[in-house]
Amino acid sequence: MTINAEQPIHFSRTHRLQWEEAQQKNVILYPEGMVELNQSSAEILKLCDGTRTLAQIVSTLETTFNTSGLTNDITAFLEVAIQNGWINQN
Amino acid sequence: MAGLIKTKPTPPRWLLAELTYACPLQCPYCSNPIDYANYKTELDTEDWLRVLTQARKMGAVQLGFSGGEPLTRKDLPELVKHARELGYYSNLITSGYGLTEEKIIQLKEAGLDHIQVSIQASSQELNDHIAGTASFTHKKEVAHLVKKHGYPMVLCVVIHRENIHQMPEILAMAEELGADYLELANTQYYGWAHINRNLLLPTQAQFEKAEAIAQAFKEKVAGKMKIYYVVPDFYEDRPKACMNGWGTTFLTIAPDGVALPCHSARELPGLECPNVKDYSIEEIWNESKAFSYFRGIEWMKEPCSSCDEKEKDFGGCHCQAYLLTGDMHNADPVCSKSPHHGVIQDAIDAAAQSALSTNEKPLVFRNSKNSKLLS
Repeated sequence: MTINAEQPIHFSRTHRLQWEEAQQKNVILYPEGMVELNQSSAEILKLCDGTRTLAQIVSTLETTFNTSGLTNDITAFLEVAIQNGWINQN
Repeated sequence: MAGLIKTKPTPPRWLLAELTYACPLQCPYCSNPIDYANYKTELDTEDWLRVLTQARKMGAVQLGFSGGEPLTRKDLPELVKHARELGYYSNLITSGYGLTEEKIIQLKEAGLDHIQVSIQASSQELNDHIAGTASFTHKKEVAHLVKKHGYPMVLCVVIHRENIHQMPEILAMAEELGADYLELANTQYYGWAHINRNLLLPTQAQFEKAEAIAQAFKEKVAGKMKIYYVVPDFYEDRPKACMNGWGTTFLTIAPDGVALPCHSARELPGLECPNVKDYSIEEIWNESKAFSYFRGIEWMKEPCSSCDEKEKDFGGCHCQAYLLTGDMHNADPVCSKSPHHGVIQDAIDAAAQSALSTNEKPLVFRNSKNSKLLS
């Protein structure tokens, strides 16, 4: 499964992304399971709000962190995310 | 030991709240203790609210409302609401019996995240026989309603000799119902399943055939449905890493408030499992004898203590060691390194013998009458 460049990306309605104080980490929660996220993964997923396309997510993060060349890393992560059902496009 | 620095245990992540032992179903592989009918008291609402708050504060995040049948508790919506406010991801583990559309909406509004519905087989006749209750049609309707109201839908089917031949139909049923997750749980032989083992344990050939069918299906539905396959450990060479390590991750609270490191641990002798009415969750987790008993590797004897896989499976399951060897300190006999490993083959042979026998004993159903007779 790959990311469609034209369509906006939204976080799955059957998963929950939340900050865990005890672990000092963002986590994805789903039926009987949990994935612990590192900071950059969490920042990407927070932008998957159904309004931004891949290119827009990349440019937002490049602006926020004052850097460039993030396209490949972000694309690779989002492909993992869509395969795991954490995000959707439709 | 003097001078030994005690490291603080990792905090609980998973809280299983067994709200009640009451259940309208009578499944003969129920994981509740055989003598459940002797435990008549149930925690009240205030106790449960306090337990949820204390465990969350320590870091528990996944919460299972289970039983028995948790829907028999009138205060379930109140507990769900409190759990949501605390930030738990709450899972309702139900037979679906007594679940109406009105209740599904009420629980959604209270903040319930997910409903797991169990179905006993793919046909009405077998489902209703195993459940000991006419429930098949209603369960399928509940599964539809769960989907309709936007919950992720998890279908759970416990697999054993009576239904393992239905694997293709079970998978088709899950697809038809639109399950997001399908849990295919091979029976684990504790509690009621231990009593009924000769009638429930499939042969290795049956296991392998069913597993191959499930595996092919898993590839077919990848991206649409996730399959959780609970392995049948009697046909494994190494034991499961039970509870992800004793007292590391999982905390079960039984209906009467007894805190257990695993939901079967009530049957282990001499653990003195503490009650939430007497101690806080923090005291129970960090200081009780029961929760530290099998933590780490210090408790181990041979063949575990010198085994290079001891940090991988932690010696396996203590309840299984106790049930099958009489000593919970022994290695799980599923392990081929265990000197008691022969008991597994004996169990497999006895079950195969029983399947061929013309006067097979009937299943012992899980109900209060049988519980009192057997305890």
